[in-house]
Amino acid sequence: MAIKERMSGNEAVAYAMKQINPDVMPAFPITPSTELPQFVANYIANGEMDTEFIPVESEHSSMSAAIGAEAAGARTMTATSSCGLALMWEVLYVAASNRLPIAMAVVNRALSGPININAEHSDSMGARDSGWLQIYAENNQEAYDNFLQAYRIAEHKNVKLPIMICQDGFITSHAVENIELIEDELVKPFVGEYNPEHYLLNPEEKMSVGPYAVSNYCMEAKKAQAVAMENAKEVILDVAKEFEQISGRKYGFFEEYRLDDADYAIVAIGSACGTIKDAVDELREQGMKVGLLKVRVFRPFPGEEMAEALRHVKSIAIMDRCEGYNANGGPLGAELTAALYRAKCNAEVINLVYGLSGRDLRVQDAKAIYEDLADIAANGLKDSHYRYIGLRE
Amino acid sequence: MSLKAENINETTRWQDLTEGLQIHEPATSKNFETGEWRTNTPVFHEDLCKQCLLCVPYCPDSCITVKNGKRGDFDLKHCKGCAICVAACPFNAITMKEGK
Amino acid sequence: MSELTEIRWHGRGGQGAKTAALLLADVAFNIGKHVQGFPEYGPERMGAPITAYDRISDKPIRVHSNIYEPDFVVVVDETLLHAVNVTAGLKKEGAILINTSATKEELIPLLNGYEGKVFTIDARKVCMETLGKYFPNTPMLAAIVKVSGVMDTEVFLQQMEESLKHKFAKKPEVLDGNMKALKLALEEVK
Repeated sequence: MAIKERMSGNEAVAYAMKQINPDVMPAFPITPSTELPQFVANYIANGEMDTEFIPVESEHSSMSAAIGAEAAGARTMTATSSCGLALMWEVLYVAASNRLPIAMAVVNRALSGPININAEHSDSMGARDSGWLQIYAENNQEAYDNFLQAYRIAEHKNVKLPIMICQDGFITSHAVENIELIEDELVKPFVGEYNPEHYLLNPEEKMSVGPYAVSNYCMEAKKAQAVAMENAKEVILDVAKEFEQISGRKYGFFEEYRLDDADYAIVAIGSACGTIKDAVDELREQGMKVGLLKVRVFRPFPGEEMAEALRHVKSIAIMDRCEGYNANGGPLGAELTAALYRAKCNAEVINLVYGLSGRDLRVQDAKAIYEDLADIAANGLKDSHYRYIGLRE
Repeated sequence: MSLKAENINETTRWQDLTEGLQIHEPATSKNFETGEWRTNTPVFHEDLCKQCLLCVPYCPDSCITVKNGKRGDFDLKHCKGCAICVAACPFNAITMKEGK
Repeated sequence: MSELTEIRWHGRGGQGAKTAALLLADVAFNIGKHVQGFPEYGPERMGAPITAYDRISDKPIRVHSNIYEPDFVVVVDETLLHAVNVTAGLKKEGAILINTSATKEELIPLLNGYEGKVFTIDARKVCMETLGKYFPNTPMLAAIVKVSGVMDTEVFLQQMEESLKHKFAKKPEVLDGNMKALKLALEEVK
């Protein structure tokens, strides 16, 4: 029997951290993820966890310490947001290229400027090509469930890549909602112990991590890393199946909400998807065939699978909670549009920037997008394919 | 299957390299004979040497062998001919000659 | 009670409006409801106007936007009536609850023509009589439970007693004071 609780998204992820009880957590506080190291420090102080907590002086240091700990053979986690993630930039790539399966809770927040503390995906989207796996959540439940699956995916022998488990700052991280927790007796065997094949503190095997490589070796190393990212697709689905057995909750690369027979589809990431689902239900009641594709896994990018799920729709709005500053569209817009092109999809596609720096997306906003999609399908695209929602203009 | 360091070279396929190019053996630098790079070579004059061993820690490539508290000749398989030992020696017991 | 009740709280930073909103979500959860309790976040500044929200429903809640057309509004600090449009979007079938020592007649001109019901409670008086200190969120919580009807007031008192017992296990006098404050608030809200 699941444990029915109410918790904020941060509490939920911290609870998952407690249940997993990794060996090491180096962390530096930053809003809105500050509560994560706080909760963990409390659990440790209360004797409920025996994770080695390392207070560091910056996020560059927290990621560096995480790399050292993971290379030493310790299961390692950290947490951050926004500028904290940006300060880790250099070492994010080091973690990934050294194939260290660190798990990091990212509580998404806008990058400066203007300086702002609210939800936006610009932080993790900026790190999308750093070689980390990225999984996003709609609510506290998914953030919890995703964190429980994180190490199983990251540590898999065919993957060995670090993983970001993302949720929307404040909107889910600080909202108290109902949640079903899973008992320790089920979580612990599911997650399992970490037994790396090679690790620095192994007295039986001397090893070096992160050697310099000349050009003659680098491309080969990077190809192997890229293949590990491809391998992660199968592992993510396998782990999700196993997770369903202990939770009853199904996960895949994405969720299709009333998409089967939809004419008009929105594709989005994160907390806004719940709001869009309400809009879908309201419009379905009026007889409008609308649906949602909610992206859960962004890295690896399931482009082919998404294109297949969207094959039958007439028009698609791809929503980015992140500005691309490239005069062409946001990151989800760019990547999914490319995938749709390769799949020879004939739908009209628009890319909408929304929700920047905590700007609210309301049910009525989502309904207006569907009305717009119907108009585009009937009369063609008259306005730009790349525009803002909820902007004063 | 990844290979042993001694079998890895610039023709090795990506599938045969270790993840993150990790090295799972100790002292693999022995396999790499940097002495090949040398254009000038140190010469040890045993008659002038007082066995102070100052040259030993100065050598960046650990190429001065020590046995029973006394230095012997250079490990020329790995010595790059940097001549730091020449500068370190207070007794002019090391000089450089042109070539290998 | 209708399927979904939406409540908006107006307070000032440091007064506990956010805590009260989360407490309400807590007690509603305890009687088996689906809940959402969340503050509207910005830089946290003592005394600045803040907003917090509750959604309470019999069905799972998916929407993640703020509440623009609340069923109920709670004003924890009456000086906000001059600073914030607290009745914005408030449904006229709903109600507004204001912490004040003034009469409804004095407040109505400040409510931008709001046509629905107006309730008041003097939380300071309730607090001083029962707790000896001013913690407005305790009486406001009881008052909004009564005004909104999200749950039976007897069930509410039982729930609060259990959770306060747990929270103040080592300070029984705090439990007594809080329970008295909640009960008095249920009587005082008009």
